Formats: sequence, C-alpha cells, structure tokens
Amino acid sequence: MIPELGHFALVLALILAGAQAFFGIAGAARNDARWLAVVRPAVAGQFVLVSASIGALVHAFVTFDFSVLYVASNSNSALPTFYRVAAVWGAHEGSLLLWGWILAAWTLAVAMASRNLPATFASRVMGVLGFVSFGFLLFTLATSNPFERLIPAAADGRDLNPVLQDPALAIHPPLLYMGYVGFAVAFAFACAAMLEGKLDAVWARWTRPWTTIAWGFLSVGIALGSWWAYYELGWGGYWFWDPVENASFMPWLIGTALIHSLAVTEKRGLFKSWTLLLAILAFSLSLLGTFLVRSGVLVSVHSFAADPTRGMFILAFLVVVIGGALALYAWRAPLLKSPAGFEATAREAFLLYNNILLVVAASFVFVGTLAPLIADAIGLPPLSIGPPYYTWLFPFVVLPLIGLVSIGIHAAWKRGRVGDSKRRLQISFALAVVLGLAVVYGVYGPGKWLTPVGFVLGIWVIFSSLIDPIDRLRRGLSLPRAVVGMTIAHIGLGVCAVAISAVETYTIERDVALAPGESLSLGRYAYRFDSIREIEGPNYDAVQAQFTVLRDGQPIAVLHPEKRFYWVQRAPMTEAGIATKWDVDLFAAISADLQGGRWSVRAQIRPLLNYVWLAAGLMALGGMLAASDRRYRTKDRTATEPAPAGTQAAAP
Amino acid sequence: MNRFLIPAAVFLALAAVLFIGVVHSPNKSTMQSTLLGKPAPSFTLPVLGDDTRKVASSELAGRPWVLNVWGSWCPGCADEHPLLIEVARENRVPIIGLNWRDDDVDALRWIEQRGDPYAVILADREGRTAIDFGVYGAPETFFIDAEGLVQYRHVGAMTREVWEREFVSRLPRGGLQ
Amino acid sequence: MKRAALIITALLWGSSAFAIDITVLPDAALQERYENLTHEFRCMQCQNNSIADSPVGLASDLRRDVKELLLAGKTDDEIRAYMVQRYGDVILFRPPFKPRTAWVWIVPMIVFAGGLFVGYRIVRRRGALVANDDSSVDTATDEEERPK
Repeated sequence: MIPELGHFALVLALILAGAQAFFGIAGAARNDARWLAVVRPAVAGQFVLVSASIGALVHAFVTFDFSVLYVASNSNSALPTFYRVAAVWGAHEGSLLLWGWILAAWTLAVAMASRNLPATFASRVMGVLGFVSFGFLLFTLATSNPFERLIPAAADGRDLNPVLQDPALAIHPPLLYMGYVGFAVAFAFACAAMLEGKLDAVWARWTRPWTTIAWGFLSVGIALGSWWAYYELGWGGYWFWDPVENASFMPWLIGTALIHSLAVTEKRGLFKSWTLLLAILAFSLSLLGTFLVRSGVLVSVHSFAADPTRGMFILAFLVVVIGGALALYAWRAPLLKSPAGFEATAREAFLLYNNILLVVAASFVFVGTLAPLIADAIGLPPLSIGPPYYTWLFPFVVLPLIGLVSIGIHAAWKRGRVGDSKRRLQISFALAVVLGLAVVYGVYGPGKWLTPVGFVLGIWVIFSSLIDPIDRLRRGLSLPRAVVGMTIAHIGLGVCAVAISAVETYTIERDVALAPGESLSLGRYAYRFDSIREIEGPNYDAVQAQFTVLRDGQPIAVLHPEKRFYWVQRAPMTEAGIATKWDVDLFAAISADLQGGRWSVRAQIRPLLNYVWLAAGLMALGGMLAASDRRYRTKDRTATEPAPAGTQAAAP
Repeated sequence: MNRFLIPAAVFLALAAVLFIGVVHSPNKSTMQSTLLGKPAPSFTLPVLGDDTRKVASSELAGRPWVLNVWGSWCPGCADEHPLLIEVARENRVPIIGLNWRDDDVDALRWIEQRGDPYAVILADREGRTAIDFGVYGAPETFFIDAEGLVQYRHVGAMTREVWEREFVSRLPRGGLQ
Repeated sequence: MKRAALIITALLWGSSAFAIDITVLPDAALQERYENLTHEFRCMQCQNNSIADSPVGLASDLRRDVKELLLAGKTDDEIRAYMVQRYGDVILFRPPFKPRTAWVWIVPMIVFAGGLFVGYRIVRRRGALVANDDSSVDTATDEEERPK
C-alpha cells in the first residue's frame, strides 16, 4: 500500500512540477500576478510530495518490504538499519529519486530566499527549476520506477552490494547530488536572466552564494568518494581517472571557474556572457555526468546497470534543456557587451587567467573521458584512455594556475598595481622556496623534477593567502567572512598541491607473499605480519590479519586488514587496514590465501595523503563561509549597474 | 554570423556523438579484432582428454574453419551450445573447440552432458593461444578462411542470425567440409 | 531476468575484487619494468583496471606473458607491440601517438593554445579600454580590494 502511495505522490509531484514550470515561465512573460501566485505553492507542494515519495521508499526498506523489486534487489533481512536507509540510493532507480528530492529541496530554498527578488525574475528561476524537475520525475516514472512490485514477493533480498555497505556511502551520493543539483540553481538564474533580457551586477550577487554553496558540497562529495575508494576498495588508490569520477570533476572545475567569473561580473559588470555560459556549462556537465553513468555508453567501475532506453531518454532531456539554454544564450549574449577596461596585471586579468586554465583543464578531462565515444562515432580506430594521459597533461595547467593564485589575490581591480604587496610577495616566495626545498630534500629525498615545484607553489599559496588577513588584523581592520572564506579556500588549494606532490612522489607500495611472523620493509618503515584469524560479522564471515608497523624500528601502529565473505552476495570484499599518522598514512590489505600459511599482502606508505581530503574540506569550508557573508543577506539594492566613480567609500 | 551560436553548435555535435554511442552500446567497437585480415596465430595444442594427440594449426590449412573459445565455467557457452550442435549437424564447416583455462575433467563432463559439436577440442590450459587470438572472454567464435586469414570474430553467445550473416556467408559456394 | 543478469554482472564487476600481484623477478631493474608495464596495460575484461590490479584469469595470464617476455630480454616497446598486436591500441592506458590516434593528444594542446590566445586578445582589448573607462569598481563589495 505504502509503495503505491509513494508512486502516486510522485505522479502528483510531476504534475506540480509541470505547473511550476509553466506558470513560472509563462506567468512571468505575461506578468500575470495570478499565474505567478501559483509558483511558490507549487514548489512547496512538489517538495512535500517528493518527500512523501522518498519517505515511502525508505519505509519499504526499513520494514523489509521485499515485495518491492528495488528493495528486494538491494537489501536483505540481515542488512543493518543504517544501510537499509542508505540502500535507498544504492542503485539507479532510488538514486534518481534522491536527485529529484534534492532538486525539490533546493527549489524550496530558492523559493524561500527569493522574496526580495523581483517577482518575475524569481518566478522564472523557479520555472526553469520546475522544468528540470519535470524532466527528472518523468524519467523516473517512465523508465526507472523504484516502486515496481515483485510478484510473488521475494523471501529475502539480494542484499546491498557489500562495497556500498559503508558509512561514507551514506553521505557520498547525497553530498555529490547537492553539488550537481545545486548547479541547477545557477543554471536557472542564468536562464531567468536570459529570459528577462537583462543581466547586471546585481544578478551576479544573487547567483554567487548559491553557486558557491553548491560548489562546496560538490567538493566534499568528490573528496568523500575519493577517501571511500581509498579505504573501501582495497587498492590503496585515491583517484583513478575513472569516467564517472571525471564526470564529477568536470563540473567541479567549471564550477570553480564560475564562482570566480561571478566575482568579476559582480564587481565590474564584465564577463557577463561568459559567466552565463559557465553557468550553463556547469549544470550541463552535471547532466552529462548523469547520462554517462546510466546509459551504458562508457564502461566504469561506478556504472549503474546500463540500459540504452534510459540513455536515450536522458540524452533527449539533455538536448532539450542544454540546447534550449544555449539557444537562449545565442539570442541574448550579443547584447551584453561592456566597455569596461582592465590592465594585464589587474585582478580581472588574473581571474581571466584562472578561468582559462580551469576551462582548459576541464577540456582535458572531457577529451579523455569521451575519446572512446568520439572515436567510435566518427569511425576512428578504437582507443582507451587511462591515468597516464591525464597525469601527463594536468601539470601544464595546474602548476601555472597555482602560481598565479599567489600573485592574483593581491592584485587590485582595474589597474593592477600590485604595489607594496610586491615586496611581501617576493619575501613569501623566497620563504616558500626555502621551506619547500627543505622539506623535499631534507625530509623525503629527491623525487621527480615536478615535486619541488609542486611543494614550493603550494606553500607559496598558503603564505600569500595569509598576507592580507594578517595585515588587516594588524591594522585593526575588519575581516569580513568573504575574505576569511577566500583565504581558507585558497589555503586549501595550497595544501592540496603539497599533499598531491608528496603522495605522487613518495608513496612506497609493495605487493608480496607473507606468512605470519615475517616482515616486509619499505624504506624506513617495516610491516610485521603478526597473526591471522577468522571472525564473523553481522552479515559476513571474515579472515582478519594483524600487522604491526614500525618506523625506524619503533612500532607506531597496528593494522587489521580483512577479507570478508558476505553471505548473500557471495562477493569477496577486501577491508583495508589503515592507520593515519599526522604526516603519513599506513595501509595494508590482504587478498589470497596462497597455501603454506602465506598470504598475498599489499603494503603502502602514503605520505600526506590525508591532507588531500583535508584540503577539499578547507575549500568547502571557505566557500560556505564566503557565501554566508553579510552582503548577500542584506536587502536587495535597486541599483543595477556599478555605482559611478567616487560615490562609494573605500574599504570598510 | 553569430559567434554566440558556437556553443550550441558544439553541443549538437556532442549530442550526435552521444546518440551514436547509445545506439552502438550493446556492441562496442572495441570488440573488433586486431587480427581481421591477418593470418591466424599458429599453435600446437593437445587434444582435450588425450595429451598424446596434438593438433597443429598447419593441419587446418587449405579450407575454412571456425574456432570456438569456451569453458565449462562459462554460462554464455552453455547458452550457445545447442545452436552449435545444430550447426555442426549441418556440417558446412568444421568447428574446432578451444577449451580455455579449464579443468579437463570438468570440460569433458560438460561436453558429455551437452553434446559435442566440435571436429576436435583442443585444451588451452595456460591460455596462451587464446591470448594470441586476442580473446577477451568466453564465448568467442572466429572464422578463418581457406588461406588461413582471420575474417571475423564474434564476441558472446552465437546466434543463428550472426552465424548465417557472418559465418555461412563467408563460406565458398556449395559449402565445403 | 536478462536485466537482473545485467545488474548482477554490473554489481560483481563493480565489487572491490582486485589482485595483489606478488610476482618477483630476479633483479630489481626487471622488477621495476615489470611493475611499470603491468600498470600500463588495461585488463580487457574489467572496467578500468590495469592487468596489475585485476583478479581475472586473463589478467594473470597476461602478467605471466609480460614476465616471460622480460626474462627473454625483450624491450618495453617490444612488449607493448606484443600486446597491441593481439588486442589493439585499446589495451594501452596511454594512447599511442600514431597518425590515427594522435588526435587525443593534439586536441588538448590546441585547446590550450587557443585558450592562451583568447586570453591574450582579451587582455589587449581591455587594456586599451582602460584609458576611456571611468566606471568605478563596485566598492560596496570591496572586501578583496586593498585599503588605500
């Protein structure tokens, strides 16, 4: 009964989404107050209904309702409650419903926060969001109904894929979708502006916090996925340039470009059409990612079960939504030219360089991910792209980018006199060189030639980011959240650069056959295989090994890698044993019983690996702080273009 | 013209690529064998169940033949087997079985249960010959012509349609044995 | 049923099965070459694994072949040629720079060059506009602006 109600709620939600879209767009076009009045109630109603629907699915999982096909395929009577809830989005149908629910939630947030916006504009934003909702709900109902019944009901379910039975799983997709879907808001803002035929600096100010928050969620979602892959998949890797990973990385790169481009549009009314294009592009890449995962065109560890029908549907949706937005763009963008100027060392210029490098980086990922498809479509010989492709190309854009950040954050708008910060920049660079080289050659030892470059540039960003805040504090000036946020986020970037340089250069990995009592040495570390025994978990049996890790002869950690055999799905699963020290990650995994008491063991020493994820956290934190700055929460000003010269005071 | 139309144009090109990708997705072109038009790799392998008898690829020269890669561990092979039996009865072209990375006892039992469509079954226990043929997985079926060149490779369970279209069509008129 | 089979296959392939390759070659240089090479070749049965990391039989057979070829004194290029001859360029993670596959390397370089060129043009144009430009910076939002 409840699953049917959930299904029905979804159908009603579809209707409301349609109403939201229609009255939002048409009502604004006609400036008809009665039509416009329908929109916010429709948004609220849609949210309630989709919540009811996903609630029904959660209920079906929690109560072990194996008469629902989706529940039977992804759950089991032995599955702990926490994972029964997480299983809701463990496979295609449920994860789509999650997408729809998060979209409804974002739309509701927009509805509530947009009362200060002009009515027609806000309605257009909600209308566009309604259009996207409509498409997703239609797709769900037509091809991916999670409430399909299984008759006769299964006696027991097939269990959730053991890989997904993990705390990080519970949060990784929702966070990721918060990011993907959040870019729909920026997209809707862009479309609304194009429909209105008007785009100004105020529009950029409205759009910025939404975009930054979405970007922050996406950053955390991606980092969580990487961290999860590291400790859950048992390979000890943290990024595989897998097509679906790339599908999340591309919108992130474009999103980063977007939040920076919005700054220029807000401040100087420049880059308007470019910002519009980026907003369209960010969401388009989110949708493209959705397509790639579910259509079967690309092969990936992450792929949901492939189905060409679904692929066609999403593709059609993509064409309508993105094609429509780009048509709007072609129509409106020519009108958005600005006469403003800036010098080659001005802040605008650095943000331009930032944008160019990020978009080029995204294009690298794009070509690499879609190359097999493109080759197939135009009849070129088939080829495959793996990590070496990306790791060769990326330093070309990333290293200049990081270097430019250190300088650019000190550049003034319009006329770029870096001025008296020049000396501070030089000093901080010198310090970064000294510290970077000291760490590289003193602590770790010579690596690849890029290693000291990465270290120095990363450390320089951190120092450079701190110059201004420290200066302000010393002079008794206020430190707005936007500045703090920006500082933290850029420090995150520097930390990430240093961490990745360290991990990619100084990781030591050995795969060996070991028996209990034997030891393995990796540089100054040693892994001693202490023991192995059998244990039993809630829905699995396992073999658990114990390793003691020694550094310079002293024990510093004990690791417990396992090999699990889940009863229902019967797939063997590796649980790595990981210990995190402040400067290094110690990793161990066991795989095959080699007879004679020996086991195949993978041991890894991973310096500074945790800082990669910490860095993502810093970036997200910085973004969230910046987005919560007071100026985004003040009542809207009626001025549209930037104020004429001389009418505003200088720094607060 | 309007340079702002460029993004839309690029997108439409991409959509076309994706469309083709979806249409093609059931059978990706990565399955295309690199051996097409080239001589079949040579091999000398023991007969399944009788190590004293060996068959060399040179013995098969001069007439077309079909190589079917299978294993008792392979569900798709069980699916296609009845068709192979049927086709073998039609006796148009010899089907050589390549028993890939299998256990002799299991393989022989599997054949006993399902019938033997093969002119001879060769045991590739170490998988070297399969690798030489560029085999991805089982089942795979190759058509080798009278000159010893590989003309077609089918990945997955054989169907009557594929058999007629790609294998029978390549036989010389009159269907040689 | 067919769809269930597809789902099962996808889930199994998506499971965490991986291989720990404990192959040891007699000398350290060969060992390093072995490890590098086995990470270069795609496991043709897997989704995005190298033959070093894949647990399937085909991967272990290919690893064995790499080891034997190394012990027989073949160069890295000869071993790559051996693989490509049998499986095509798809088996390489790093696409080769051959006439009909070089585009994956060339296109990014063109995009990069194009981006730099566009950047240069924009900076030139905007620089020329500075003299005539009396618009202010929106100083109400000037957190980033340095105090005078």
